[in-house]
Amino acid sequence: MASENLIEIRDVNFTYDVRPVLKGINMNIPRGKVVAIMGLSGCGKTTLLRLIGAQILPTSGQVVVDGQVTSALDREGVFALRRRMGMLFQFGALFTDMTVFDNVAFPLREHTRLPESLIRDLVMMKLHAVGLHAVWNMRPAELSGGMARRVALARCLALDPMLIMYDEPFTGLDPISMSVIGNLVRRLNDALGATSIIVTHDVQESLRIVDYIYFMADGVVIAQGTPEEIRHSDTPFVHQFVHGEIDGPMAFHYPAAPYGADLEVEAAHA
Amino acid sequence: MPERLISTVRGIGHRVVEAVWRLGYAARFFVATLFHSGASFRRFHLTIKEIYFSGVLSLIIILVSGLFVGMVLGLQGYETLQKYGSESALGTLVALSLVRELGPVLAALLFASRAGSAITAEIGLMKATEQLSAMEMMAVDPIARVVAPRFWGGVISMPLLAALFSAIGVFGGYLVGVVLIGVDEGQFWSQMQAAVDFRQDIVNGVIKSVVFGVAVTAIALFEGYDAPPTAEGVSHATTRTVVTSSLAVLGLDFVLTAFMFRGV
Repeated sequence: MASENLIEIRDVNFTYDVRPVLKGINMNIPRGKVVAIMGLSGCGKTTLLRLIGAQILPTSGQVVVDGQVTSALDREGVFALRRRMGMLFQFGALFTDMTVFDNVAFPLREHTRLPESLIRDLVMMKLHAVGLHAVWNMRPAELSGGMARRVALARCLALDPMLIMYDEPFTGLDPISMSVIGNLVRRLNDALGATSIIVTHDVQESLRIVDYIYFMADGVVIAQGTPEEIRHSDTPFVHQFVHGEIDGPMAFHYPAAPYGADLEVEAAHA
Repeated sequence: MPERLISTVRGIGHRVVEAVWRLGYAARFFVATLFHSGASFRRFHLTIKEIYFSGVLSLIIILVSGLFVGMVLGLQGYETLQKYGSESALGTLVALSLVRELGPVLAALLFASRAGSAITAEIGLMKATEQLSAMEMMAVDPIARVVAPRFWGGVISMPLLAALFSAIGVFGGYLVGVVLIGVDEGQFWSQMQAAVDFRQDIVNGVIKSVVFGVAVTAIALFEGYDAPPTAEGVSHATTRTVVTSSLAVLGLDFVLTAFMFRGV
């Protein structure tokens, strides 16, 4: 019997060189849900995605994906697991030497022996799902940022993954493209019966589309809840983050010695 | 003073450890490339595409350089040989210089600056734009899919380019020596035919160019794969490819020549 959670992260620590990035993280990602992981840049969100994709292994603790502990898998096991995952990178990471069509066909050609006519139909269907079947013969350099990300999304979906991970999918997009991507995330997740994880710091768009949110700061989970709970959270950091306040637990000034010392005015005052 | 000394020694030690570590990493990368080369031959169209990029697109620079080098050899060779009344040996001089040394070495140096730098920049940028990570996340090994076909593309192209360089160089020598200066055509070709040995000269030249092809392509691929994913990182890696592979070609040429032409 498959567990209710597609992903379980248990007491995970991750240290990069000597710098601890994740400190005792526990998270559950239930099947069929869209879950957001939010926090400031550099708080370990992307590291978490790489742990789930088994690109890196935890220093201690366990990452369990669909019942399999990633650190116990060999290379073939990791690749078999990844074939059932899709990951949308921050700027799409489309292969620039291929057309849009070849990009979306790439996973199909690498992992299946389908005839070219069937691949063509599948690629056009995936492109249609993101509203871009008209650009199949364009090069990635000819696309706008939002379009490139939608094409990359179509490529993620090529093998009908059980899990789709989004690394900052809204960064650098205009409000319309942002809504388009946001709606696609939700709609495709439900249509495919997949599970989605969005790493983001775009609060308003995420609160609109996700089922559950984890807040991270400095390598630990500091708050979690449904969008409604997060909106009304009284945790000072979450309140500051959701409402975009300049000062709060995250101070405007980077920690520093007294300002006067930099201006060398202390002596004058003394 | 002792503190400065200690920090200098520590700095040297650190650099040596770094260099040895990098060499080991490069060796592992090379072995992994060979190990994952199966797909480059099973799906040969991937390798053919790379032969086009590193081989066919290098043709212009190889052919033009080869022609001029041959023409210079014809001129300089004639100048020297005619002092001894042996200008009929011009064909031999041009052909042996090209087939044994200048063909493989100059073609490899040009290959390093034309195709090697392009390979490094391409792979470095693929890394910087997360294309390699994306491939890994699609359960496709970038070494098998991106690195190995480029490696074999380079290794197959290099001897062909060197052969073309030598051939067009001989033609350049012929143009200057025979057509322009008026050395006897029969002597030019017949002396060349008599002096150039297939096993000793041609095969050794080909072996050299294969070794150079392996060295230049492997260095270019490693530098690209290992480049820090920033604009500065990729630009430094590209420079290092050209410098390191040029030095490697010249160093290897000496070693190979010492083994191949001892006492000939």
